[in-house]
Amino acid sequence: MNVFGAIVARDTRLALRQGGGSYWTLLFFVLTVTMFPLGVGPDLALLSRIGAGVLWVTALLAAMLSLDRMFQADFEDGSLELLSLAPLPLELTVLAKAAAHWLTTGLPVTVLAPLLALMLAVDPAAFPVLMLAMLIGTPILSLIGSIGAALTVGIRRGGVLLSLLVMPLYVPALIFGVLAVQAALDGLTPRPHLLLLGADFLVALAITPWLAAAALRLNLE
Amino acid sequence: MANLHWLANPGRFLRIAAVVLPWLAAATAVLLAVGLWLALRAPQDATQGAPAKIMYMHVPSAILSMTIFGAMAFASAIALIWRHPLADIAAKASAAIGAGFTASCLITGSLWGRPSWGTFWVWDARLTSELILFFIYLGYIAIWQAIEDPQRASRAAAIVALAGSVNLPIIHYSVVWWNTLHQPPGLMQGRTDPSMAVPLLTLMGAFFLFYVTLLLWRMEREIVGRKIRQFRLLRAQA
Amino acid sequence: MTAATFAATFEARGLTCIRGERVVFENLAFSVAPGGALLLRGANGTGKSSLLRICAGFLQPAGGELRWNAAPVAGDLDAHRARLAYVGHLDAVKPAFTVAENVAFWLKLSGAGTRAETALSALGLGHLASLPAAYLSAGQRRRLNLARLAGSAAPLWLLDEPTSSLDDASSHALLTLIEAHRAGGGMAVIATHQDLALTKAETLRIGAQ
Repeated sequence: MNVFGAIVARDTRLALRQGGGSYWTLLFFVLTVTMFPLGVGPDLALLSRIGAGVLWVTALLAAMLSLDRMFQADFEDGSLELLSLAPLPLELTVLAKAAAHWLTTGLPVTVLAPLLALMLAVDPAAFPVLMLAMLIGTPILSLIGSIGAALTVGIRRGGVLLSLLVMPLYVPALIFGVLAVQAALDGLTPRPHLLLLGADFLVALAITPWLAAAALRLNLE
Repeated sequence: MANLHWLANPGRFLRIAAVVLPWLAAATAVLLAVGLWLALRAPQDATQGAPAKIMYMHVPSAILSMTIFGAMAFASAIALIWRHPLADIAAKASAAIGAGFTASCLITGSLWGRPSWGTFWVWDARLTSELILFFIYLGYIAIWQAIEDPQRASRAAAIVALAGSVNLPIIHYSVVWWNTLHQPPGLMQGRTDPSMAVPLLTLMGAFFLFYVTLLLWRMEREIVGRKIRQFRLLRAQA
Repeated sequence: MTAATFAATFEARGLTCIRGERVVFENLAFSVAPGGALLLRGANGTGKSSLLRICAGFLQPAGGELRWNAAPVAGDLDAHRARLAYVGHLDAVKPAFTVAENVAFWLKLSGAGTRAETALSALGLGHLASLPAAYLSAGQRRRLNLARLAGSAAPLWLLDEPTSSLDDASSHALLTLIEAHRAGGGMAVIATHQDLALTKAETLRIGAQ
């Protein structure tokens, strides 16, 4: 656990240091959400209807665009080789890196979401559900994303390929996440959607370490 | 497993495929002709009329698109775990065929949608799932193209196929769940007339044979292609 | 550096390496005794790095096997990884971290109780400890990477061209480090283009007919 914590702490600090990219991801999130009212018009009734969907799709893009940070730099400077020699199964190293990715993208996005929801005229009564859904859903983005990041780590200009591989797998998180907020807005219980989102998280948690570690071993050869 | 290992020898596979392929192709052609004839003679749908006959192409395409993905994931698992040389060739050869059936399902679905919905595309649960399946197929094909060395590409692609196969049921379920809450009209509202079953099953069989024929043919070409590649590499080294 | 003593042998039998469908080397054998050093020599592309990567477990040999105390290494790769320290071509230096932070992280992962300052001063980097690693020269980055070895408790060192971009004084410091490691029973397998002044080192020529 000590080694696991050390890797999480290191990756988090690297992401927050100069050039680490965590701030850029957040800025991207805010900027992209801002584009929607400019694109569809300032009609608050329309914005409040599509608000939850806009926030989720943008959170998805923000997570995806920052995925290359997870392994790419470590692969290029040789750190990944040394990490794979560490006294920690590579499967857990993957989880540690996914956790650090979530701490520096998913978590801040979740914290920022209500502020942007306010600008999209989403009813503040749904904010607790929005944040809860993002708290459960954004880790899925980091977990499943780590499979794609591990697969494309040795491929030059693999960023677009990474999106192509990962985005279809994000569909359940997107659907359950948006439906939970929508239910809360319609005065219905968000419970079933949140439970399904939780189930999706557990599946991602169960399969990700094996697949991502297998992909990393392949790329370390 | 003993059978699989016996077939693992690519040379033996090539000899068997050369014998079996013409017969398979002939059987496919016959079954396809019979199925189409039966489908044309089948009674017209009471409400939708002639356009509903697209179903005879649409439904087998949909079923094959998912079956092939399952087969591909199975072959990928075998390739990844036992390093079985033919399994990864089978998985790779299946991908483009599966993507083809998925595309056929999407196109026929959209053609069928025009007369029944008045528009080419409705976010119907089955069509939406098929669309996402199509994207996963494309991702799988893309990773084969992105990695030069076939040994490494096969393992990377197998990981993509396995990740896809675990997530596909969840994706399908989530789309159905999303769809029932929004409720646009579906293409088939639970009418299965027995007179439709015989042509439908015949065509399904024909499509399946078509897949097997194409698969063997593509595997043959892949094996020959890899041999050529190795000869060239040897020449480059000499 | 380390007080621990080791007594194990590391050997290879009939190793064959295939990279990208190309046979790099075939039927390679060596044996390293406790306190031994093996220098891998050979022209570029003969597979020195590949051999080290096989020894480190990154790469599976296409044939043959590695043995640790007569037991096949492939049987327990995790245990094998725990007993080796690997220095590759790349320096694994994070420019955003200070010199001390860089080495401290790797020391923490290896579980060695060595302090970062001790490890750094072994390679003459003590005075740079609080400097961001972005300011280091190529030679200094190399030394920073090698400083991990000073705190390593691993019995087997796998070094890929460790003296490249090092000046004479630094090379000497590295050799001192290796000799101290060997004196405690440690082993080193070193790919190199230069003659390293190591006592009783064996040489394995790869690709020589």
